[in-house]
Amino acid sequence: MTATDTPRTDAPAPVLDLGALDAARARLTSDQAVLRMSEHDAEQLSGYQGPTEEGLADRMIMNMGPVHPSTHGVLRLVLEMDGETVLRSKPVMGYLHTGMEKQAEQLSYLQGPTNVTRMDYASPLFNELAFSLATETLLGIEVPERAQWIRMLMTELNRISSHLLFMATNGMDIGAVGMMLYGWREREEVLRFFEMVTGLRMNHNYIRPGGVAADLPDGWRDEVRSLLEVIPERLEEWDTLLTGQPIWRERLQGVGVITTEEALSLGATGPILRSTGMAWDLRRDQPYLRYDDVEFDVVVGTYGDCFDRYAIRLAEMYESMKIVRQCLDKMPAGDYRVQDKKVTPPPRARIDESMEALIHHFKIFTEGYKVPEGEVYVAVESPRGELGCYIVSDGTSKPMRMHVRAPSFVNLQTLPHMMRDSFLADTVAIISSVDPIMGEVDR
Amino acid sequence: MTDTPTDQPEAAPAPGPTEQLHGAYVTRPRGELVLHTVPAEYLGLVEQLRTDGYWLCVDLCAVDYLGSSADRGLPAEVEPQRFEVVVNLLDPASRSRVRLRCQVPGDEPVVPSLFAVHPGTEAPEREAFDLFGVVFEGHPDPTRILLPEDWEGHPLRRDADPGRIPVQFKAASNSR
Repeated sequence: MTATDTPRTDAPAPVLDLGALDAARARLTSDQAVLRMSEHDAEQLSGYQGPTEEGLADRMIMNMGPVHPSTHGVLRLVLEMDGETVLRSKPVMGYLHTGMEKQAEQLSYLQGPTNVTRMDYASPLFNELAFSLATETLLGIEVPERAQWIRMLMTELNRISSHLLFMATNGMDIGAVGMMLYGWREREEVLRFFEMVTGLRMNHNYIRPGGVAADLPDGWRDEVRSLLEVIPERLEEWDTLLTGQPIWRERLQGVGVITTEEALSLGATGPILRSTGMAWDLRRDQPYLRYDDVEFDVVVGTYGDCFDRYAIRLAEMYESMKIVRQCLDKMPAGDYRVQDKKVTPPPRARIDESMEALIHHFKIFTEGYKVPEGEVYVAVESPRGELGCYIVSDGTSKPMRMHVRAPSFVNLQTLPHMMRDSFLADTVAIISSVDPIMGEVDR
Repeated sequence: MTDTPTDQPEAAPAPGPTEQLHGAYVTRPRGELVLHTVPAEYLGLVEQLRTDGYWLCVDLCAVDYLGSSADRGLPAEVEPQRFEVVVNLLDPASRSRVRLRCQVPGDEPVVPSLFAVHPGTEAPEREAFDLFGVVFEGHPDPTRILLPEDWEGHPLRRDADPGRIPVQFKAASNSR
């Protein structure tokens, strides 16, 4: 890496003025990039289109996806093409919609994490964390110190595994197929640790309102240390393999450019916003858990292109490892969940010897616990941006409304603007750089 | 403008008139800043807040309060309606958040679209229309986003039945 390509760390928040923001807004609402065409029309009109009376030249409507290896699952794009150039486009989603927000209204707060963990399946712990923090705010309970540090350790490792997945799929999309195998291999190492702690590789249901499901098992320190030895070595290899490679750079640099003002107007957060040079990271700017007590840098880009988004994610893994190292050093002793009889089930051993404990256990797991009336919005920094959870409680044991602000869902709106006037081959690189997880887009 | 969490219980009946900001009533449940508004004033309020520095419209969603008798934490001056459109705004410079709760009547669920103010609300507004049937006037693409285009009804409304698929056991006969 040369000095100019290295992502900067800890840049001050850029001073933006309203005029630039207004100009970006006028650009975005002018309808030059977004194709507003119904799914039905897109199917009917698929193919060559003659020039129209409104002044549109001849062009082609093309449906890309929903079953296409580069669309990360089931994203469908309706593209308006002029030869090989993309004019306007529209992301079509909903192919994975399973009504999880409706489902959440049928599940108690204790069952909630099982549901939300399936939304962003590449970083399940963040969903659980947002849901648990929201519930805890409504309950007004403070989680023990150790539980907070465990949550931080686990979510930072999850950020690494999620970015490793990005590295794998990004490499595959761009044609560096070997990278897919390497990314998947290293992610598996992290998932093996998750399996050791939570019992599952994915969809853990580990972070729950009140703390975490179980304490860290014996030998967790050795496992984390061996991860911290393996991953940096491999990241170095990838850096050598990809970052300076001319083909890789040609495919990514200057592709899918977006400005800070555009990203802000479109609600984009996470690596997309940071790639434009704006240092905005909720871990630093609105700290939750114990992020106040750890040292790390917020990595930002300069050009807002696909290469910056790749470089940021690569660099963020080093930052996450910094935090994990500090978690190792600072992990306090103590309880892993709050000792509040209302929300905490009794210890397993007590159930065998006490009738009251058995009744208590039974009541908590069948009826759940009541959460005071009110509404709350809590946001955490997921690998893809701001992940928010909005819960409205009516005083019963089930949420009256649970809404998840999914970063991928909002970030997908940047696609048409980044793809305008780019080549069809670049759309693949651009979709990949947004790193959408369709599970949370469609929920 | 960071709000310090207060120890007082939420929605304690405040003596005297409720605090106002840009003509909207203010509540502060658990230290969060919440503004209460109605469809007629909603668009102007968001535009006003944008010039104040709330540049990022983080989230927009709808809530259906049909049949709920719970305390909604509304100030006394605000008349509760069936739907609420909830908008979360963020000011990156001062690192503060504000939440808007717009009361939308059930018999005429229409609010102006925020697309012209925050283009990033396009997808969330389509989602709120899709799932709750709240109509956003002036939206450039008022179509369904998650459900199929020919779907009927709005499944996240409280009176929409979640529906059940009966469990099929292999050994059971189909004569039931």
